[in-house]
Amino acid sequence: MKILTGNDLKSGAVTWWTGVEWSLHVEDAVDVGDNADTVLAREQAARRVTGAYAIDATRDAAGIRPAHIKERIRALGPTVRPDLTLKPADPEAGNWVI
Amino acid sequence: MYKYDQYDQAMVDARVEEFRDQVRRRLEGHLSEEAFRPLRLMNGLYLQLHAYMLRVAIPYGTLSGAQMRMLGHIADKYDRGYGHFTTRQNIQYNWIKLEEAPDILADLASVEMHAIQTSGNCIRNTTSDQYAGAAADELVDPRPYAELIRQWSTFHPEFSFLPRKFKMAVIASDTDRAAMRLHDIGIQIVRNAAGDLGAAFYVGGGMGRTPMIAPCINSFVPLDQFITYAEACLRVYNRHGRRDNKYKARIKILVHELGKDEYTRQVEAEFAHLLTQNIEPPTAELERIKAQFVDPPFETGLSDEIDRSDPDFALWVDNNTVAHKAPGYAVAVISLKPVGAIPGDASGDQIRVMADLAERYSFDELRVTHAQNIVLPHVRKADLYALWQVLDANGLATANLDQIGDIIACPGLDYCTLANARSIPIAQKISERMAAREQEIGELKLKISGCINACGHHHAGHIGILGVDRKGIENYQLLLGGSEGADCSLGTITGPGFDESGIVDAVERVTNRYLSERQQGERFLDTYRRIGMAPFKEAIYG
Repeated sequence: MKILTGNDLKSGAVTWWTGVEWSLHVEDAVDVGDNADTVLAREQAARRVTGAYAIDATRDAAGIRPAHIKERIRALGPTVRPDLTLKPADPEAGNWVI
Repeated sequence: MYKYDQYDQAMVDARVEEFRDQVRRRLEGHLSEEAFRPLRLMNGLYLQLHAYMLRVAIPYGTLSGAQMRMLGHIADKYDRGYGHFTTRQNIQYNWIKLEEAPDILADLASVEMHAIQTSGNCIRNTTSDQYAGAAADELVDPRPYAELIRQWSTFHPEFSFLPRKFKMAVIASDTDRAAMRLHDIGIQIVRNAAGDLGAAFYVGGGMGRTPMIAPCINSFVPLDQFITYAEACLRVYNRHGRRDNKYKARIKILVHELGKDEYTRQVEAEFAHLLTQNIEPPTAELERIKAQFVDPPFETGLSDEIDRSDPDFALWVDNNTVAHKAPGYAVAVISLKPVGAIPGDASGDQIRVMADLAERYSFDELRVTHAQNIVLPHVRKADLYALWQVLDANGLATANLDQIGDIIACPGLDYCTLANARSIPIAQKISERMAAREQEIGELKLKISGCINACGHHHAGHIGILGVDRKGIENYQLLLGGSEGADCSLGTITGPGFDESGIVDAVERVTNRYLSERQQGERFLDTYRRIGMAPFKEAIYG
């Protein structure tokens, strides 16, 4: 599947396209199929996101998993600072990245 | 320390307001990201893996207590409570909000700091010896010359859009502590047979994907002409540098392709022309700058004795203090490499503690080292124990300077969009694995980069590690035999790479072989140079 990611223009936070808006959580991402360019152009023009692009991902029982480790680190946060990730209470969260 | 004059302050203040307006226009939609990107980069604001990242310039790594305290304030108010000291003697913050960036620049300007030219294809922050002004072995303090370069290169209209970024370093001792020959231009202040001071120019060094050691193209440029000579070096580069190919755009490629002799010939011709144009800054300006780098009022008659009855303190003194030029004083190095920690990171609280200690014990001066540590350059030996107790209470007293746990590591894939692999977890695992044996191993400089750009200086590590991407899987190459010092050399890849746990095992096997092979007094690098790669490859791969 193809999902869209970028950064919030004001805060710089990593965001994922839900089909309606941008979410901080990759599990909210939707498959945009062949519509990536259209959505990206519209959303960046509206300044709701910056530096946005499409990536490959898969969906399994655990949710959506970006294909590349770089995107998984973006989705979670720095593996070396679990306290700064989106799952600070889960000490095993970093294993999802690897 | 250099203090801004009215022109410095006016320029920095004007830049803050200019950027505030640019940010406003971007947020209101009057500037596209394409138009805004180069503007934010000119102010050190990157868009990194998790957020905006701000890189703050620390000219030649020198800070006052008030400046250091401001860095801690920014960490707490605008970031997530910490900053990361870098291999260009700068600091960067990883969680910056665009809308707050102008306020941060205004706060920085209030203590004579900025983020100008910490990105882009311009002359970046000039680095220097972290012990400048204190080292027992220096000819003169190199910082006035670095400051003159800062003033010359800031907003230099001819050099604001070079073929590629440009890095300079200035030292004034034979012991190179600034990786001088791995810069685009490295300058060593030297004295000739007549007793005059001059600048030896080394041009065309660098790391990255094509590492090169800079050759000396002129062993003595009179100091009242050295800016003109630098201008000539840049002009030839600006004229012929490869703008068509990003990977061949650094000056090292130009010097290599033209050949040192032809590049030098063109520089000398340009230099001769520029001498007729009288572009050298007035001698009075250099003297004005020098007057701000006079020695602090060192006390005389101090004892060199240190009470070593506390063994932990004695170990720290042995490992983390350096000879000072003034009797009764020492240079104290604060390691930002506790066992298992993130190299170069310091919390806002720790930054404030270091600021306080600088004011109390070191004539209000600190230095950032390219090895991502902090220096208090002028500490009375009689004060070292009191200083160490405060450091120890704040997690800043790790006694491992230049040892295997004192690892240089770039932010890697945990933070950087360019990275291919994580650097920090490898540093943490090696630090933890080897901690108990650091004293036995002695000097061993280990450096890790998460991509070929080599921000972690892996080419210059006694042991270097380069993270690469193998079809989406992190893989780590091992290099041996690099050095950044006066005995500068580039590391050689041992062979096939390793996964995350394999690279830690490989480092341990290399270290074990060193310990079994070393002769009396040999550092790791000495043993490697004596016996070569083969025994280490055998230890690694069997």
